[in-house]
Amino acid sequence: MTRENILGAIRRGLKRGPLPDDQQLGLRARLAAHPRHLIPARGQLPRPEQVALFLQNVEKEFGTTARVATPADIPAAIADYLAANNLPTDLAIAPHPELEAIDWSLRPLLSLRPGRAQASDQVCLTHGYAAVAETGTLMLPASPHRPTTLNLLGDTAIVVLRASRIVGFMEAAWDLFRAENHDETTGGFMPRNIMWVTGPSRSADIESTLELGAHGPRRLHVVLIDDDSAALKADDDDPAALQ
Amino acid sequence: MLATSPAFKQNVRDALADAGLQKALAFTRPSFAGRRAAAVANLPEFEQLRDVGRDIKNHVLANLDFYLETWAGNVEKSGGQVHWCSTADDARAAVLAICQRVGAKTVTKGKSMISEELAINEHLEQHGITPVETDLGEYILQLRHEPPSHIIAPAFHLNREDWEESFRKSHTDLAEDRVFTDRRDILTEARRKLREQFLAADVGITGANFLIAETGSSVIVTNEGNGDLTQTLPKVHIVLASIEKVVPTLEDACTFLRLLARSATGQDMSVYTTFSTGARRPDDLDGPGEYHVVLIDNGRTNMIGTEFQDMLRCIRCAACMNHCPVYFTVGGHSYGWVYPGPMGSVLTPGLIGVDKAGHLPNASTFCGKCESVCPVKIPLPKLMRHWREREFERHLTPQTVRTNLALWAWFARRPAAYRFATRIAAWTLGFLGRKRGKFHALPFAGGWTDGRDLPAPEGDTFFARYARQQRNAQP
Repeated sequence: MTRENILGAIRRGLKRGPLPDDQQLGLRARLAAHPRHLIPARGQLPRPEQVALFLQNVEKEFGTTARVATPADIPAAIADYLAANNLPTDLAIAPHPELEAIDWSLRPLLSLRPGRAQASDQVCLTHGYAAVAETGTLMLPASPHRPTTLNLLGDTAIVVLRASRIVGFMEAAWDLFRAENHDETTGGFMPRNIMWVTGPSRSADIESTLELGAHGPRRLHVVLIDDDSAALKADDDDPAALQ
Repeated sequence: MLATSPAFKQNVRDALADAGLQKALAFTRPSFAGRRAAAVANLPEFEQLRDVGRDIKNHVLANLDFYLETWAGNVEKSGGQVHWCSTADDARAAVLAICQRVGAKTVTKGKSMISEELAINEHLEQHGITPVETDLGEYILQLRHEPPSHIIAPAFHLNREDWEESFRKSHTDLAEDRVFTDRRDILTEARRKLREQFLAADVGITGANFLIAETGSSVIVTNEGNGDLTQTLPKVHIVLASIEKVVPTLEDACTFLRLLARSATGQDMSVYTTFSTGARRPDDLDGPGEYHVVLIDNGRTNMIGTEFQDMLRCIRCAACMNHCPVYFTVGGHSYGWVYPGPMGSVLTPGLIGVDKAGHLPNASTFCGKCESVCPVKIPLPKLMRHWREREFERHLTPQTVRTNLALWAWFARRPAAYRFATRIAAWTLGFLGRKRGKFHALPFAGGWTDGRDLPAPEGDTFFARYARQQRNAQP
């Protein structure tokens, strides 16, 4: 009966009974329409600048980035990153179709174990569903193809992301997600968990001074596949950006 | 949590004499305000977003019953359970029942201020269950048996020596002669110790920054990743959330996410913003098998429909305390309960009673900085004034204060008498203080002059001087 007690106390405070039907209808319409509010201008840049802003924001938040032209270039990009940072070549990897389609045999030193992360994993590789330019944020929804533990347990988290999945602002990513997803268990669109990740783990709890790698990854590395021709135009006068 | 708010004045005396605390306060103060200012300067739309945030929260509060029912229905549709709890006792019982049903031995906890309201750790310990705080700041406070002194930087009052001392005392399995050369060594040790706890825990408890009515989700916003490990690894996830956390849609949440991190830490976005909806799905490879939300009133409905309803807009960013001259003089523990600073001075009397927390709304200079930085524009000074009025009406104010206020009111209503009395006082004090220009002590004003000197008046009242200038300005 506590439920009725709390709802009753709210209604007494508001000096009314349960909302009349017409008002409930109005609120249901608001939920169904889920209107956007003010979207900052920096989230609404032209397409090429959005991608540049995303990369810039990832780096501002202490992440690192690499760009590759096609998925076939990913094994080399990852092997190079691991070698440059003196990291182990054993990877826990998300069992995602886009990652499984890659020919990893080009880099035989990389040893991949598909599945969720274990406590002993040093490097975890997952698949980015989408990303937000406004803040440099990766959208990582849980699914059988994208276990949540890969975002958390490794010392190093690597995320493969297609440039065509970068949107300007969070609301646009929600729209993508609403349109593309259906959860069999609940009948809704939300999976068990969606993590929005902006940079590697950190804490300022010791003397208000920022240190990276509190409980989650110390390093966050984004490998971006340039699959979006509209996003590439800005780089015409800067070919180095593709390296 | 047992309140020491009635002893506020003694708490303040202790805080002022605490050199370690004063060092930490002085060290932290500029960075808190500076980081927010830089983040706000980088978002030209920030001021407008504050209006939007205020309006969404007002809309929610006016329809709170509807949105809570909608949210709860959607939690149940996604396989989660909602436990409605009117009081802290109800909530403690609900959490304990879940833990006991699954035979929990250890429980990891993400940072949650409402869990401090419930004093859930003590309750679990009494029943043989070990709670482990996993937020770095909360972890050391648990080792030291201290309450948090800030709502988002709970241990900022500690200095590095305190961390080292506590770690050496508590982590007795590690080499005694190990050296902590910098903060990173402290962090690494905590990371290693807590990793064992994350993996061993049977239940994970987190708070919630938001509840989403549209989807039945709960949201946590963190930087360390401890909240995510807490809710992902154990077999049961329990969310503790108070009723005012609900927002209608994901789009509404987006607006608050733009306000929250900037107001709190000066980040554009915190590192981990996580939406949880129900338990692990059949094909998922990880995640908890059960998802519970313990929904808590604990006095909040008493504020609805009163002049204090605006306080329920609060999103717990800590901007008000980060900019408060009183907070940065006395520290968070002086406030004596869960919530310190200006938001605590309004919320605490609402939740534990103005009879216990009456000192808090009086401990303000009314400089207005808190209201000017609040992301949802809560009129904090006005609400503190309302508490002072309530305290006065209920005759909780000390007799000396009441007598003096009555005396002042008598003069204030009689302008001629007021001017006469102030002229005498200004002339007398001006005459007595003409040599030194200030007073170290004055009869009946020790409370004021103990901490600072009173500048001597120059012999004239403001009224007299103003009138003279007006006369001289006339041609």
